[in-house]
Amino acid sequence: MTTATLTPLVLVAELTHRCPLHCVYCSNPIVLTKRDAEMPTETWVRIFEEAAAAGVLQADLTGGEPLTRADIVQLVRAGREVGLYMSLISSGLPLNEAKLEALVEAGLDHFQLSFQGANAQTALEISNTTSHAHKLRVLDWLKKWHVGVTLNFVIHRQNVPELGRMLALVEEHQPSKVEFASVQYYGWGFANRGALLPTRKQLDHCVETLKAAENKMRGKTRIVFVVPDYYAKYPKPCVGGWGRKLILVSPEGTALPCHAASVIPGLRFENVKEKSLHEIWENSTAFRRFRGEDWMQEPCKSCERRHQDFGGCRCQAFLLAGDASSTDPVCSLAPTRHRVDAILGATNQRPPGPWEKPNYLYRRSPA
Amino acid sequence: MRPELSSIPRLAPGVRLNDKNAKSRILLMPESALQLNGPSFEIVQLCDGKHTIQQIAEKLHVLYNKAEPQRITEDLLGYLVLLHNQRAIDF
Repeated sequence: MTTATLTPLVLVAELTHRCPLHCVYCSNPIVLTKRDAEMPTETWVRIFEEAAAAGVLQADLTGGEPLTRADIVQLVRAGREVGLYMSLISSGLPLNEAKLEALVEAGLDHFQLSFQGANAQTALEISNTTSHAHKLRVLDWLKKWHVGVTLNFVIHRQNVPELGRMLALVEEHQPSKVEFASVQYYGWGFANRGALLPTRKQLDHCVETLKAAENKMRGKTRIVFVVPDYYAKYPKPCVGGWGRKLILVSPEGTALPCHAASVIPGLRFENVKEKSLHEIWENSTAFRRFRGEDWMQEPCKSCERRHQDFGGCRCQAFLLAGDASSTDPVCSLAPTRHRVDAILGATNQRPPGPWEKPNYLYRRSPA
Repeated sequence: MRPELSSIPRLAPGVRLNDKNAKSRILLMPESALQLNGPSFEIVQLCDGKHTIQQIAEKLHVLYNKAEPQRITEDLLGYLVLLHNQRAIDF
């Protein structure tokens, strides 16, 4: 396969790892970047220019909480000026009406607002921060502006019973899109998996409820449900395939093919402070490592689905099978699928309910 | 929902045509992008909050004058419903 025609389409800009929330499933790595190692405004502006020149269409400004950056309005403007579709992935917590107005005026295209549950107590337990009431205020402010709005409810064992109330919120506010994103198990989520992995019964309930909601809300709100990988029959094409669509830049400038890639041992990641984004995309050994098919083992190597799912998730293969180049263990064809089934077996023997008192490992905030 | 011919489609909040780099026939949306091939590009350009569906259909009848006008209008309505369900346009 030729890789010369691949261009990055999405830049995930992890502007900071600072965050007022401490969510137990945060997608940030366990080792967080400290504030004094964060890159300055001018470096990010250069990265946006390089990204647009390399073919990137969309930039997701995320973190941590991207609004903790004092230069966030400036960064949105800089990205929009070079033609990028600018999304802000935020808890909404450090936002006020004036800041929102400034962001929209600077060219913000899309605001993705995260929710930890449908009520304040669940949100507090998951994020260890009082945030729910403020998020509802942000939702009201967003309606005043011509900006895309996605609500993101992170779904897991502890908040499935609130699904109906989450949908009531959606019906009340009618955002253009809502994602019910099941927790996936990397980093902090992996550490808290026992408390977060839903039962089969819970998953079936979600599928059924959200299917009905999708029909009901058609034309008003687009509803997307992301199932937990562990329950899937075939793996997802993780980040659209390694080094095929997405490039992530961490707060200190490390360029990664996905959020969790730093867990994989033996990969050497390059820094955008030393090389251009384009050069890293094309030539970095880490981006080339799992690009294409040469690295694949059986059953992927001869599988007819390999062009659809690219062997699944490399980080999951490392975390569950101990080998990043093996078939994603969630695949029903994987030789290590029994490990996932054992985890699900244990999960489904424990009925979820209010008697569960999870002993969470909360995501810390970097110094 | 099937729109009336008098409805005026416009791009939904958070949806816009790519305006800066070479791949200009792309509709950008929250976490997705649609490649606009053939007449879909002309249609999306006319979803500007100024033209009724009837007016868009008439422009397409001129642009694609070898095709049956009624068929073009039907296809147009089908495509607009698709865009509406993807939350790309509002009526």
